[in-house]
Amino acid sequence: MKAGVIVFPGSNCDRDAYHALRDVLGYEVDYLWHAERRPLDEYGLIIVPGGFSYGDYLRPGAIARFAPIMEAVRAYAERGGLVLGICNGFQILCEAGLLPGALTRNTGLKFRCRHVYVRVENARTPFTRRYHEGEVLKLPIAHGDGRYVCDEATLAQLRRNRQIIFRYCAPDGAIDPTWNPNGSVDAIAGVANERFNVLGMMPHPERACELLLGSEDGRRLLQVAG
Amino acid sequence: MPRARIIVTLKPGLLDAQGRVLQEALHQLGFEQVQGVRVGKYLEVELQPDGDPEEQIEAMCRQLLANPVIEQYRYEVVDE
Repeated sequence: MKAGVIVFPGSNCDRDAYHALRDVLGYEVDYLWHAERRPLDEYGLIIVPGGFSYGDYLRPGAIARFAPIMEAVRAYAERGGLVLGICNGFQILCEAGLLPGALTRNTGLKFRCRHVYVRVENARTPFTRRYHEGEVLKLPIAHGDGRYVCDEATLAQLRRNRQIIFRYCAPDGAIDPTWNPNGSVDAIAGVANERFNVLGMMPHPERACELLLGSEDGRRLLQVAG
Repeated sequence: MPRARIIVTLKPGLLDAQGRVLQEALHQLGFEQVQGVRVGKYLEVELQPDGDPEEQIEAMCRQLLANPVIEQYRYEVVDE
């Protein structure tokens, strides 16, 4: 399988994603420069990586959504292609309207950089099919604007359609506000679109693919082929 | 030349984490009368005098300057 990792000015997790996909999973990987205009049909997975695209000017993700490559990502997603937005990538996908809701300043105002626990809420997606429902994953976060918010109607729809894919939890899987690192509504750490081919999440699965780095719980998430 | 002054803030129902911290800080300074603080952004946009500036600013706010999911905006257009 061939994966594409988008590179914006200010992306800083593009290399982590590249390493995880190529060196750990053995996929072919291309970097895709933000200014490129070309179809993405040859790829089995597109990663919108973490970082501070365009310096987070105005709002995180607000400018990246206008990058030429994003037109191709939109078309690719509409055709059912798999798109994974991580951290800043999640913010970009929300700004672009490919995912519902938005990400705002962490409740505690602090930039949170540590491992957290998330519970798999829906294992029937192309990204989570190698996990079982209720499984608890240990994944790193590193963000200042990760508090997921949406209006009541959207939240009800997300619950009804099972689009909430990950929620912050205690190590035993219990949902508890003290284990919610940023104040996200309903402890939401990741959501998918209605077709489940676009997933956005604040934790970094690409940095949790080798035990040497503290966890390999993220590896199966990137293993979308086969 | 028309110039728009735009103020973007979080919607009323949404927790403004920065505003809450500033409120606490103001209380510590002795400003006990402070009942709430909302932090926003102020933007100035210069326009060519061409067409309806309010309509143009409205479109800019909707499409980029504010995120309608979480933010509200207001503006005034002045001729300078």
